[in-house]
Amino acid sequence: MADIPAGLLYTPEHEYVRRTSDPAVVEIGITDFAQGELGDIVFVDLPKAGASFTRMGVFGTVEAVKAVSELFSPLGGVIVESNAALEGDPGLINRDPYGTGWMIRLRMSDPGELTGLLDAKAYGAKIGE
Amino acid sequence: MTEPPAAAYTLLRTDRFVARHIGPRRTDIHDMLGVLGYASMDQFIDAVVPEDIRLRRPLDLPPNRSEREVLQALRGIAAQNRVFRSYIGMGYYGTFTPQVIQRNILENPGWYTAYTPYQAEVAQGRLEALLNFQTMVADLTSLPVANASLLDEATAAAEAMHLTGSVKRVTGTPEYLVDPGCHPQTIAVVRTRAEAQGVNVRVVAADDMVFGAATIGCLVQYPATDGSVQDFAPLCTRAHLTGAVVTVATDLLALTMLTPPGEWGADIAVGNSQRFGVPMGYGGPHAAFFSCRDAYKRHMPGRIIGVSKDSSGRMALRMALQTREQHIRRDKATSNVCTAQVLLAVMASMYAVYHGPDGLRRIAERVHTQATMLADALRRLRYHVVHEHFFDTVCVEVRSANLQRILDAARDRKINLRVLDSHHLCVALDETTSVADLSDLISVFSLDVALPYMLGSGAVSPEPIPPALARRSVYLIHPVFHRCHSETEMLRYIKRLEAKDLSLTAAMIPLGSCTMKLNATTEMMPVSWRELNRLHPFVPLSQAQGYQLLFNQLETWLAEITGFSRVSLQPNAGSQGEYAGLLVIRAYHRARGDVHRTTCLIPMSAHGTNPASAVMAGLTVVPIATDERGNVDLADLRAKAEMHCDTLACLMVTYPSTHGVFEASIREICRTVHDHGGQVYMDGANMNAQVGLCRPGDFGADVCHLNLHKTFCIPHGGGGPGMGPICVAPHLAPFLPDHPVVPQGHAQSCGTIAAAPWASAAILPISYAYIALMGHDGLAEATKVAILSANYIARRLADHFPILYSGTNGLVAHECIVDMRPFKQSAGIEVEDIAKRIIDYGFHPPTVSFPVPGTLMIEPTESEPREELDRFIDALIAIREEIREIEEGRAPRENNLLTNAPHTLVQVIGDVWDRSYTRERAAFPAPGLREHKTWPTVGRVDGAYGDRNLVCTCPPMAEYGAT
Repeated sequence: MADIPAGLLYTPEHEYVRRTSDPAVVEIGITDFAQGELGDIVFVDLPKAGASFTRMGVFGTVEAVKAVSELFSPLGGVIVESNAALEGDPGLINRDPYGTGWMIRLRMSDPGELTGLLDAKAYGAKIGE
Repeated sequence: MTEPPAAAYTLLRTDRFVARHIGPRRTDIHDMLGVLGYASMDQFIDAVVPEDIRLRRPLDLPPNRSEREVLQALRGIAAQNRVFRSYIGMGYYGTFTPQVIQRNILENPGWYTAYTPYQAEVAQGRLEALLNFQTMVADLTSLPVANASLLDEATAAAEAMHLTGSVKRVTGTPEYLVDPGCHPQTIAVVRTRAEAQGVNVRVVAADDMVFGAATIGCLVQYPATDGSVQDFAPLCTRAHLTGAVVTVATDLLALTMLTPPGEWGADIAVGNSQRFGVPMGYGGPHAAFFSCRDAYKRHMPGRIIGVSKDSSGRMALRMALQTREQHIRRDKATSNVCTAQVLLAVMASMYAVYHGPDGLRRIAERVHTQATMLADALRRLRYHVVHEHFFDTVCVEVRSANLQRILDAARDRKINLRVLDSHHLCVALDETTSVADLSDLISVFSLDVALPYMLGSGAVSPEPIPPALARRSVYLIHPVFHRCHSETEMLRYIKRLEAKDLSLTAAMIPLGSCTMKLNATTEMMPVSWRELNRLHPFVPLSQAQGYQLLFNQLETWLAEITGFSRVSLQPNAGSQGEYAGLLVIRAYHRARGDVHRTTCLIPMSAHGTNPASAVMAGLTVVPIATDERGNVDLADLRAKAEMHCDTLACLMVTYPSTHGVFEASIREICRTVHDHGGQVYMDGANMNAQVGLCRPGDFGADVCHLNLHKTFCIPHGGGGPGMGPICVAPHLAPFLPDHPVVPQGHAQSCGTIAAAPWASAAILPISYAYIALMGHDGLAEATKVAILSANYIARRLADHFPILYSGTNGLVAHECIVDMRPFKQSAGIEVEDIAKRIIDYGFHPPTVSFPVPGTLMIEPTESEPREELDRFIDALIAIREEIREIEEGRAPRENNLLTNAPHTLVQVIGDVWDRSYTRERAAFPAPGLREHKTWPTVGRVDGAYGDRNLVCTCPPMAEYGAT
């Protein structure tokens, strides 16, 4: 049973979005369900701070031993920070997807795009839980 | 039919081959048909193969022949080749294959019948040999990451250019610079690849290279094709200022004496490892190498062997970073290459193990000294030796008037020289050159004037290797390169590794889509005949008449089998066949002014190589849906063909489908594509279900490739060699691949695909022999039995597992897919657990999770006897019962027979046993295993650990055998 914390927002592509203390900045990672489907994650390719993406733009890739998946930016914006800890320990995504396994912090170009995301209930329904 | 009189019976040949190739006996076939409910083979085949594609006549091939007859015919062919001493160089050199390697690897089915080492637990032997290969390449080139071989030097250079493009991304048309000192075949292959990729190649001397914003990188050669040795350090400095990537094509033997590329700034090194004990074979097969900086490892093409650990924490090897590869990343893969050249890489690595660093250095010094002596002698004869700095190749200027006289003198002595141009000759020496050979060479150049001096008396040449380029760093310091210098040790090392691996000598390898059939001894024998394996690929055709005869005959036969008109033997693997076939289609459209036809439709069920090849050929992939029965969704095909009708280049389709089904609508599929201006490319991976029953050329395909290493008996070599010739309809014939050194006469050729004109020529006699032995009757019979065996397995397993996909009448083609997904829910068991448990039963697992995740695809081939089929079926049924124990709570969901599989000898005889089952059930779950079993030598390999911590060279000795 995959963990789907209430209070976060989700995409059908299995990313989550968490608001931060800065209302214009969100934290993004992949869901517990996604990490479970991929299996042991061995590598993540993340953008540098300052890179900008449109909504649904590919911001990186995540690789397991026998699977690879592109990461789609749930929102448009500019990268504030990528999680450097993942470079040395990509397994953090498996162990703690919603915590230390976060991937990027993004300064949104249009916070209005948040309304297009799913809540925990809707995402749970989407993955059949 | 009347019976022949008894007397005639006694005069029938007793050595017919067909029944040796086909596993099930006549009575077995009768019984198996009975299980399926058919009275005769004909009735059964009529029910499997759609009537509208059936070939209702025998193939126009000779009838079957005996092993002795075919060997005799091949001896006659081989005798028409003439073995000269070749000093042509250009990436191919004479070498002594140590006999202990020839007999125990090249000629040993324990090595050559294994498959690509996907199942690492029963492949540690060749994985270790390949890790040695990578260590050897990394050491000699002084670049830290090496792969476990590519198809040839030229394609390795093209792969390097592709990697270069992903490292330095530019806006606009990328430019790639190539030094004219590269081999002509390398330049041609790079040009062909670049053209399809939209890269602008400029051939310009290294000193004149200018790196602009759009210049992604450059390719140079060290030593160059004319033998010269140049210091490229300044070039690297200039290139790196703009972020451009420097690739060097190089020579492993030379690098024992020359400063390695990694030390003077090269980013990527490529080359051919052939001269490390692998015969020239008129072009191949040989293993190309590829090494690069650590930063590029995730962009690297081909297979990388990495160090990881097993379930007990012991060192274990396996293929690393597979997400780069086409079977996972499809159209975004780093390359379309699948097969490597494992057998040849193993041979080259063993050559290094056999000689060690000191031995290699001595060989290099000897060759170099001889080249120096030759240069000296030529200077004394008043020739101008063009390059002051060289390793083994001397370039000499000759007056045009003398050129022909020298060549005539050479021919009289059965010597081949390289004509560089109208007034330059090159002489490349090698390990096999003797003092007598040297003296013959000098006589050729002296035009039989008596020499005024003694050979080797007082050198007049300057130092041919400048001090700045003399290697000072050590190499091959790992103990594996120091331990086996006696033949006893060498033999035991080879045998010890062989014993760790599961090959066809031990059990069935029922890999779906791989066609692991018999590689008969007779078929293999010509591979080591000197008339076939000593030929340099660029000798005059007059010396290779035997080969030409063999190619012509084989091409005619393959054309008849596929229903096409022309064949190109140049593609060196299935992936190259796809690339070549698509380039042919592209060239055809362009010749008609249809430059915009670049859309390639590919069913979603296709093998990952298809989209990867399409991208490489400059096409855009549009996926086609498959319906719930696994067939091409006709409605979606029509819609997509309509939508893209202005840009449609082709459809790539596998037949029978990757799901192992004869799709009844194949004719309509082809027609739909043709109606929209496209061509049909048929992936021949599943040709083993068609030979003699139907022909792609008849039902609508325009081009197909054949995997000679599947259907036509070239052994898999543990992961290569392979061959992927393409067969085309008449309208595509003018566009077939050509070659810059040995022109093939294709006026509108799509370019050059491989380094050698007939790729791995030395293994073509295997396919020739197979077709000759089987004849039209035997080939058709083999196809029928292959289909029967697959259906027999499917039927017997159907009561125990869901069988996915079947065609009309509920029958599959030559393979079947068994669905293991339900057990994840019911018992917490993944398909991987089942595959590993199959190893405990002494088998190689079937194909895992292709084409459907969570399934096994089984292909028995015609060669497996009924007893082996039953043994395998019984093993799967027994495993089903083991799963049932978990489902019913009689065994735990964790720490059970499956999740702990495979079980090693070390584990089951260990003092500690904390499992929920007995040691006996772990190790000997089926009858007969006590008597014979291939043990996994390591437990379940931890793939994630190794991918997170990539180590692709030999680790310290303490790691080996550590518990």
